[in-house]
Amino acid sequence: MTHLFFILTVALYGCATAAYLACLLRTSPLLTRWAGRILAVGFTAHLLSTIHLASRMKYLPLTNMQESLSFFSLAIVGAFIFFERRYKVTTLGSFIIPVALMMLIASSSLHAEVRQLPPILQSNWFWFHALLAFTSYACFTIAAGIAVMYLIQRYFLKTKHFGALFQKLPSLETMDEISYRCLTVGFPLLTVAIISGSIWSEQATGSYWIWDPKQTWSLIIWFIYAALLHGRITIGWRGKRAAILSILGFIVVLFTFLGMKHSIVW
Amino acid sequence: MNIIVVGLSHKTAAVEIREKVAFSPNQIDKPLGELIKLEGIIEGVIVSTCNRVEIYATTRDIAGGIARIKRFMADYHHLAFETLESHLYSYHAEAAIRHVFRVASSLDSMVVGEPQILGQIKTSYGYAAEFKTSGIILNRFLHKAFSVAKRVRTETKIASSAVSVAFAAVELAKKILGDLSDKTVMLIGAGEMCELAAKHFLNSGAKGVMVTNRTFERAERLAEEFAGEAVRFESLFENLHRADIVLSSTGAPHYIIGPKDAEEVVKRRRFKPIFFIDIAVPRDIDPKVDGVENAYLFTVDHLQDIVQANLAQRGLEAEKAEEIIDQEIGQFHKWLSTLEVTPTIVALRNRFDEIRRAELDKTISGWKELPPDAEKRLEALTVAMMNKLLHAPTYALKQAGQGGRVDLYIDALRQLFELEALQRDDEEFELEE
Repeated sequence: MTHLFFILTVALYGCATAAYLACLLRTSPLLTRWAGRILAVGFTAHLLSTIHLASRMKYLPLTNMQESLSFFSLAIVGAFIFFERRYKVTTLGSFIIPVALMMLIASSSLHAEVRQLPPILQSNWFWFHALLAFTSYACFTIAAGIAVMYLIQRYFLKTKHFGALFQKLPSLETMDEISYRCLTVGFPLLTVAIISGSIWSEQATGSYWIWDPKQTWSLIIWFIYAALLHGRITIGWRGKRAAILSILGFIVVLFTFLGMKHSIVW
Repeated sequence: MNIIVVGLSHKTAAVEIREKVAFSPNQIDKPLGELIKLEGIIEGVIVSTCNRVEIYATTRDIAGGIARIKRFMADYHHLAFETLESHLYSYHAEAAIRHVFRVASSLDSMVVGEPQILGQIKTSYGYAAEFKTSGIILNRFLHKAFSVAKRVRTETKIASSAVSVAFAAVELAKKILGDLSDKTVMLIGAGEMCELAAKHFLNSGAKGVMVTNRTFERAERLAEEFAGEAVRFESLFENLHRADIVLSSTGAPHYIIGPKDAEEVVKRRRFKPIFFIDIAVPRDIDPKVDGVENAYLFTVDHLQDIVQANLAQRGLEAEKAEEIIDQEIGQFHKWLSTLEVTPTIVALRNRFDEIRRAELDKTISGWKELPPDAEKRLEALTVAMMNKLLHAPTYALKQAGQGGRVDLYIDALRQLFELEALQRDDEEFELEE
């Protein structure tokens, strides 16, 4: 059952990706509408598959790379649907949905060995920590997608190239607003995630901060986004500088997520 | 029944001629009334805009109808027929339908894709409907034209891009600043183009205007016109950061705003983007300003490039629009040609029946000793004869309705059997829809 939903999700995300990429080439309200619909159905299937898995395993599926990638992808699509409804930025889908699809495919290619859940994961603090961390990551992913679009649009404006893509991308101001919104949501979530993570660490190892690579890099991520938000609020950092920092932050997020093994969990 | 179009437009007549034949909307009932009193003209609509004056009418007699409408246009405006005639064009049948569809879809406009024309035709049609000079055919025809125009608008990008420099500036500003409703425009110097652009910005919802000029009185005058704020030229840089859009067109021989100034302004704006448009020749704003982060500088040449690209784009979109029109013409023409088939068949039947009854009555009343069921038998006999006789022509007419020669058949039948001409407000048409 879970598997069926999962296959369905991959297929629907694949269709949605194709539709959103086609939206870059063609202007058609019908195409845009269908891209949104397919994605919404895909998201529902993804959510059902995740819930089904969780109820069968009796824990949130966030305990290994396969589950986490799938959950990350789910969070990204959820965040995208939210921002798309709010700001009507279809073009964002052309940048974000392929990323979500790739994560899901990577997740399906991984083989998860059936294993007993380690007792240290059976803590409410862990679930709380992981859930918040992925939601904040999803916000940062959206921010990075918007930042890429911002840089492209800025390039068009500076070089005076007014092609079809220029017409489709949203205004600089809109993108700036979305990016700021992503930060103001993502950053507090990340902060709480780190705090709850360290409480869980205390439960599991007896120490709040054990300087394991995952914790250390999470702190680096926190500092990057803190700097970005601080710069934005105090001096009004925006535009190119903020966009580059936002992309940098996302690269570090990916690096931490994919490259840093958690000494407690894995 | 035929649709005919007679008129002139910016393509065939200069403004000196166009203004002479324009019909004033205030007294449009007078020419409309005279129009449908013309011999052979059944319905009529008059469209009169600054770029075109056209009359749409329905008639049985194409050549005569066109000639009488041409004569009417000259006579009504007291113009010599010979001078006017060379500027007039006329269309009938499919060409007339195509012409009106193209006009309504703004494919025949001076600026292809401009949206006003559709509204103007709707208003003109409104007058004709009000004074009951348009009937079943023109009603249907113009409603079809409106729906074709709507299809063209939604299915092609013909009207979606800016084709004037001032409008291109607004579009560009929206791409940078998003919603303009909380944005302020600063005008440096006064020039026609600058003022026009400022007007466009205000129409697009910009919050306010600041005006500065070397002569403060001129700035004040212009500021008053826009209900804006006049700023002394000396204090330009103390106010520049309050502007989101800067339009510059002074006669200064050197740059007024350099990259250092722009950097300062952007910093004071807390890095919110600022949009400079330099319309002056020689230029007012150092091109290096564009190198400043969060400052975006465009010259009139850049705007001109956008306009050119948009015009080329409109050309491509116009081709798509023509395809849509082609499809719709076919449909409408079919409706028009089958419109009169049923009423003609009914009229023909009635005519035959009338004759049959008259002759039957005459025969029966002159007969002294009538066998008991003779009346019934005679009735059955004549009805059967009539039906047999009518069968072939009815069938041929229905078939012709699906082809294209139906007008010919109908005209022949009406003349051969002296059927009555169709009226403007014939109820039977309504049932046909």
